[in-house]
Amino acid sequence: SSSSGDEALRDKRARILSRGLPKQKPIEGVKQVVVVASGKGGVGKSTTAVNIALALAANDSTKEVGLLDADIYGPSIPKMMNLKGNPELTPKNLMRPLKNYGIACMSMGFLIEETAPVVWRGLMVMSAVEKLLRQVDWGQLDYLVIDMPPGTGDVQLSVSQNIPIAGAVIVSTPQDVALLDAHKGAEMFRKVHVPVLGLVQNMSVFQCPKCKHETHIFGADGVRDLAKTLGLDILGDVPLHVNIRETCDSGQPVVISQPQSDAAKAYLKIAMEILKRLPVPPA
Amino acid sequence: IAERSNLAGVQHILLVLSGKGGVGKSTLSTELALALRSAGKRVGILDVDLCGPSIPRMLRVQDSAVHQCDSGWVPVLLGQDKAIALMSIGFLLERPDDAVVWRGPKKNALIKQFVSDVAWGDLDFLIVDTPPGTSDEHISTVEALRPHQLLGAILVTTPQ
Repeated sequence: SSSSGDEALRDKRARILSRGLPKQKPIEGVKQVVVVASGKGGVGKSTTAVNIALALAANDSTKEVGLLDADIYGPSIPKMMNLKGNPELTPKNLMRPLKNYGIACMSMGFLIEETAPVVWRGLMVMSAVEKLLRQVDWGQLDYLVIDMPPGTGDVQLSVSQNIPIAGAVIVSTPQDVALLDAHKGAEMFRKVHVPVLGLVQNMSVFQCPKCKHETHIFGADGVRDLAKTLGLDILGDVPLHVNIRETCDSGQPVVISQPQSDAAKAYLKIAMEILKRLPVPPA
Repeated sequence: IAERSNLAGVQHILLVLSGKGGVGKSTLSTELALALRSAGKRVGILDVDLCGPSIPRMLRVQDSAVHQCDSGWVPVLLGQDKAIALMSIGFLLERPDDAVVWRGPKKNALIKQFVSDVAWGDLDFLIVDTPPGTSDEHISTVEALRPHQLLGAILVTTPQ
């Protein structure tokens, strides 16, 4: 019949088109990968990724957590995790991740001078991402949190095509232009078949330290509306608080340095919501 | 017969860069363009942030369409006096929410077209808004603009 002929043609087309694509292969030793992305720059991906990684570890001390900074152009993780230096090489020529607060970290920032720009075209970036994924001695990890760069381009495609991803967390502020990009980010993950676990509404509200008056600097509830439109859950709400920025700038993220604070509790809640939504990990 | 380049009528080209995302490049580009227009200048804005084009929305023209003319694309003209010309990938998408998930070579091709195939006309300033990072978009934009009068770049950052 013609419909089975159509289906056969579609299958054949899909097979031919996928021939050029890299094969998805899990990273050795890593059970589940969670990516933190946004589409928009400057909404708090790195801050969120760092605090989520620490929260996952704080939640269950038997779990091993790793943190990969895939932002080749603007790696923030070294500063936020108070790590510096070139990674050692193992006898098998793999890079040993740098560890702090119990989290194994790898970043482009460990491979170049702090102020050196990385002015690379997509092709070189792909190869760098490949190295950061596969040529690192991650050991046995329960979770690998990947901090993505802004945009919907080479890095995002390379990561999603190369490794299976258990889920993506999309971070956005309530600002309209940020939401536009977050929507594109969610759309991108749909295109590459990565499940989106939910949205994080970041910098939701600012409370004046003097008079306690609350201002929604980036707008109110924009992320909730977007979540509704996309049929996604809100994993958590993080206010715009000087502490969060200060602690990251000084390399002592709030989950570690002020675990009783509202901010830390917000991140712990987000980690719990992520765990609720992840599929059962492989044995 | 030498064709008159589409950028021949542009007096000064300004790049707005940052490295870091979310520091206000698009906001600054837009406000700067408006400020220059208030000072009586003819201004164009080229939005080469292909993944996250914000400028159409900031100027409330996200529903506009671009048309072709003999010399190429006609930029969207803003205001009563039509004194601001804008080109962005946002105008080429079927829906504003469509994601542009492209690798470098495809982005490079479009940026080259944006630089050479948009009929800018006579402008005092062309402001080029870039995405975060130091990647394909930036390399391609600077390469494509090299034969022209690149005035310089403005770096935007927050104190963080």
